[in-house]
Amino acid sequence: MGTLWERLVLEAPEFFNSYNLLFLAEAAARTLGMTAIGCSIGFVAGLALAVLRGSRAATLAPARWLAVLYVETFRRIPFLVILFVVLYAIQPLFPDASLTAIATVAICLLSTAYLSEIVRAGLESVPRQQLEAAEVLNFGPARALFQVVLPQSWRVILPPAVAFAVMFIKDTALASHMGVVELTFAGKIFVERGFSPVLGFGAILVLYFALSWPLSRLGAYLEKRLAPARHP
Amino acid sequence: MPQLDIRDLHAHYGREPVLQGVSLSAERGEVVGLIGPSGSGKSTLLRALVGLTQPSAGEVLVDDRRIDYRDRASQRWLRERLAIVFQQYNLFQNMTVLRNVTIAPLEIQKRSKAEVEALATTLLDKVGMGHKRDAYPDELSGGQQQRVAIARALALRPEILLLDEVTSALDPERVNEVLDTIRALTREGITMLIVSHEMAFVREVSTRVVMMDHGRVVETGPPAQIFDTPREDRTRQFVSRILRH
Ligand SMILES: Nc1ncnc2c1ncn2[C@@H]1O[C@H](COP(=O)(O)OP(=O)(O)OP(=O)(O)O)[C@@H](O)[C@H]1O
Ligand SMILES: [Mg+2]
Repeated sequence: MGTLWERLVLEAPEFFNSYNLLFLAEAAARTLGMTAIGCSIGFVAGLALAVLRGSRAATLAPARWLAVLYVETFRRIPFLVILFVVLYAIQPLFPDASLTAIATVAICLLSTAYLSEIVRAGLESVPRQQLEAAEVLNFGPARALFQVVLPQSWRVILPPAVAFAVMFIKDTALASHMGVVELTFAGKIFVERGFSPVLGFGAILVLYFALSWPLSRLGAYLEKRLAPARHP
Repeated sequence: MPQLDIRDLHAHYGREPVLQGVSLSAERGEVVGLIGPSGSGKSTLLRALVGLTQPSAGEVLVDDRRIDYRDRASQRWLRERLAIVFQQYNLFQNMTVLRNVTIAPLEIQKRSKAEVEALATTLLDKVGMGHKRDAYPDELSGGQQQRVAIARALALRPEILLLDEVTSALDPERVNEVLDTIRALTREGITMLIVSHEMAFVREVSTRVVMMDHGRVVETGPPAQIFDTPREDRTRQFVSRILRH
């Protein structure tokens, strides 16, 4: 124990130099950025899929069927497999695409599938009669969605959607397998450069916690705040 | 020329026929009371009129214009003239009372803010809900929500108003508040179709009463005829049973 402690004290000044801190910050930003962009785009695309699946027009039947196929497929493929499929599909087409961008595309694809299910459950939680009332008042479909249905769905959508994003902060670690320098990869690099794993991965651990803890708290807050009432 | 003319209207829920050739009409300013046993298709008739349930045959004319329920523009035209108050109120839960009343006149009908807010204030006062204009629906009793729903429908300035059992979810004391509101409306010349189990009320406000059963019109006549000297046995049975309650 003494030797480990001595080693940490010895390495610490070198580890926490400005270059390494910048490197860590960049890796953390990449982890957060990929998650935030992937989940945001995934939310918008998931909303579109959920609305499509809830539509009744006969002409949209083939599109509905494709949406179901998409969601059910992507929820059953391991994220790592999606990452590599996207990598090998994109690289020949766009040789200059950065690994981070490619990983973000993979995150979008997966989060679209999951978030569309979360959004769908939210939309379905609003009684049909709310939509009928909007319809007879001559609301168009978009207005009914954004002014009546969606505002009443947030309390059902937000808690699991935030939980999903929190989980994804961790899952982006898989992108290190294809060479994206996010937090986990950064930890590996430190260890390879000879730093103690306690120091290297300890710093990573703290950063993962710092990224996801506020988001988890936000999720818990929203859950509490939105649970009882149906209005803001 | 009747303002509302329903001709041989049919509707199905799945394979089950619910309306089997309903014909009835209402002149401008007329108040038609719609009575009949539970499941006879009264609500379905109102839903079909506003286009929430697609009719499978027959036609509906408003101001002599035939409504094409498959056509968006035709439906929109219809819904600019006709408002419905649902049995379950269906106020928007995410909006205040005032917003519920003003949203469609402001944002759909594009009427001026000053005019709409003045009218909404008048209407909410008239139904005794002026003091609750900033409350949300889930903070109101059933009777209060019902009265707001009536104000919301009237704020549209409809020419025809459909009311579905607007008192059935209310406790007896509240029933009178809502009935008073409707009674006042009948003096304003709006054409109304009123579905109700309150026979005394139907008799009082209707210019004509329509008795329905099994998706068909059994008998139509002035209130005195339907309630005192019905021509059909089915009407006599129904009226005598319900009046004895
Ligand atoms: N959404 C639905 N799906 C299937 N069948 C329905 C649906 N709504 C109503 N029905 C059926 O249609 C028939 C007519 O119902 P409707 O609600 O129009 O009757 P009603 O005269 O309004 O009755 P009540 O006085 O009880 O309100 C009933 O047999 C009912 O079971
Ligand atoms: Mg009914």
